[in-house]
Amino acid sequence: MRVLGLDIGSRSVDAVWVEDGRIVDWAVADSGFDPGSAAAVFVDRGAHDAIVSTGYGRHGARERFGGTAVTEITAYGVGAARLFPHASSVLDIGGQDTKVISLGPGGKVTDFEMNDKCAAGTGKFLEVMARALGFTLEEMAEQGIAASTGVSISSMCTVFAESEVTGLVHRGEDRSRIARGLHESIAKRTLGSLKRVRAQGPLVFAGGVAKNPAMVALISEGFAGEVLVPAEAQIVGAYGAALSFER
Amino acid sequence: MSDQPVDYHPMWAELGLDLPMHDALLEAVGGMYGATFMSQTNRPEGMGYLDFVMSEVHGLRIKELHDFRKAGGKVVGTYCLYVPEELIRAAGAWSVGICAGAEWAYDEVEQILPRNTCALIKSMVGFKLGKVCPYLEEADLLIGETTCDGKKKAYEELGKLQNLHVLELPQMKREKDLAFWRSELVDLVATLEELTGKKVTAESLKVAIKEVNDKRRALQRVNAARAADPAPISGLDSLLAVQVAFYDDVPRFTQMMNALADELEKRAADGVGAAAKGAKRVLITGTPMALPNWKLHELVEKAGGVVVGEEMCTGSRYYEKLVDEDATTIDEMLDGIAAKYLDINCACFTPNEGRIDDVIRMAKELGADGVIDYSLQFCGLYEIESTSVDAAVREADLPVLKITTDYSAEDVGQLATRIEAFLEML
Repeated sequence: MRVLGLDIGSRSVDAVWVEDGRIVDWAVADSGFDPGSAAAVFVDRGAHDAIVSTGYGRHGARERFGGTAVTEITAYGVGAARLFPHASSVLDIGGQDTKVISLGPGGKVTDFEMNDKCAAGTGKFLEVMARALGFTLEEMAEQGIAASTGVSISSMCTVFAESEVTGLVHRGEDRSRIARGLHESIAKRTLGSLKRVRAQGPLVFAGGVAKNPAMVALISEGFAGEVLVPAEAQIVGAYGAALSFER
Repeated sequence: MSDQPVDYHPMWAELGLDLPMHDALLEAVGGMYGATFMSQTNRPEGMGYLDFVMSEVHGLRIKELHDFRKAGGKVVGTYCLYVPEELIRAAGAWSVGICAGAEWAYDEVEQILPRNTCALIKSMVGFKLGKVCPYLEEADLLIGETTCDGKKKAYEELGKLQNLHVLELPQMKREKDLAFWRSELVDLVATLEELTGKKVTAESLKVAIKEVNDKRRALQRVNAARAADPAPISGLDSLLAVQVAFYDDVPRFTQMMNALADELEKRAADGVGAAAKGAKRVLITGTPMALPNWKLHELVEKAGGVVVGEEMCTGSRYYEKLVDEDATTIDEMLDGIAAKYLDINCACFTPNEGRIDDVIRMAKELGADGVIDYSLQFCGLYEIESTSVDAAVREADLPVLKITTDYSAEDVGQLATRIEAFLEML
């Protein structure tokens, strides 16, 4: 029995093929303007017996490809708990959502929090800020780690923060210190969410933003427990979706 | 009844409504109603009455009010359940709850109220400025109340446009607060008597107390039936029943709700449900959901859950408590009315521990699997009280999801994910 887990997010479409709980293959594509067609490429491979979709586009995918759908919250909880059976909580920072999840015994979700309608502190925020600073995302993370202190950024709103960053650049502030300040402000906000759901360690940090070394460093520094980052942080949701099939 | 639909435009024009905008509103609400309510399956037959009432929400019911006023009757509009309907009826007037559950004329509203005012207050003022609410235009008197700072100041603006009496509601529930509250009701009686030219008598007040209690008893029966699994009626339909209770004819509504309750009790006994047996059961607590605010219930029930109760002003707080019926003198009746209304547990009081007890008791009685704590954005009272309510609910081993939102559709995608995840968690 081979299950295809699809995580159709705002920035990427992730696919994981799972057999007997093990990942046999995986792939990632840009969502672009037509995430359904990006997902169709994976479905058309025909290498599955069942499909479970998650993410922003889960209902559309279920209608188009059949199968079932679960929310990202459940999918990330299940996926993270399978990768790290001793995990107590999950942090997923994706393209436009941030989720913090507390796990009970067996990886069951006991509490969660998700950002509301705005994309404050998500991957989208980092993208916009990198552009404002003239960095790639990778460069911005490297610079953020390299700077010893950060400039304090007060706005969490993507639009306001962009103006704030532009203002700092014009005042001649060091770009590396701004880069560090931006990562610090997201980390601070995220750590606040983790506290609100009473997240305990070990914490699994997943989602696209977990590939950002500056964010991993700051979260690890600020969180009271152990922080674990999966080798392929981006596909945890798709993996969890596929595993949800058994349930 | 004739087959030809009645054209109410001349009546609406007489009321001074903005006809093109009003047509647009009716079309929008009609569309929402169809998509939200008529798409439900396994509804009780008794909902036919509420479907009919909603299809005539600005038609037949307004005609009734219109005819009543032409015959010399007075209509009193209210915005809050602290305003005793008994007193209005005893003075010979009719009470209508003015709905404030949709975004309307916000561009005009934001010229007089700050943008970060809660949706309920903005809507309340928007319906007036936009001239699209016939209930408001039929009202000979509006009664406001000092339940929160936003409403209190917004009434000053509304009072510039319409005849308004504001009741001062205490913020605590001590003996001296009760005495003060009772004195406010005495003043209200004088205002109402002056409006209608009729005296509130022991006889008229006794009848009014009984009629309004009977309405509450009928709603209690409807809501008690929701404890069954499968739930015999959807949360959407139950919410609608309370929303309509605010403005429908009292004896007729009571009779129809008792008939609905008979049907629901039979469905419960026969195991007939509006939702599937075993569907995740949710209790909602928080700020009122004025017509046509069905956003949260729709999201929960479209996600496969079922709302089994509302601890809110458009829910249990409206029907749970009754006014003492044994009083014989006006003084005793006023004592009973003052005591009953002050006993409602709204977050505008401090402390408000009674609400926490209500939430936990209702969750148990109705077999809820989880609680959604709902607040309109910028409602400081409920948003802050969330902290203690949510902690108590968790303490009682019930999962809780806190949702802060408004009337717009911009966050429904994210809300759907959170609600689906919550149901998956239960």
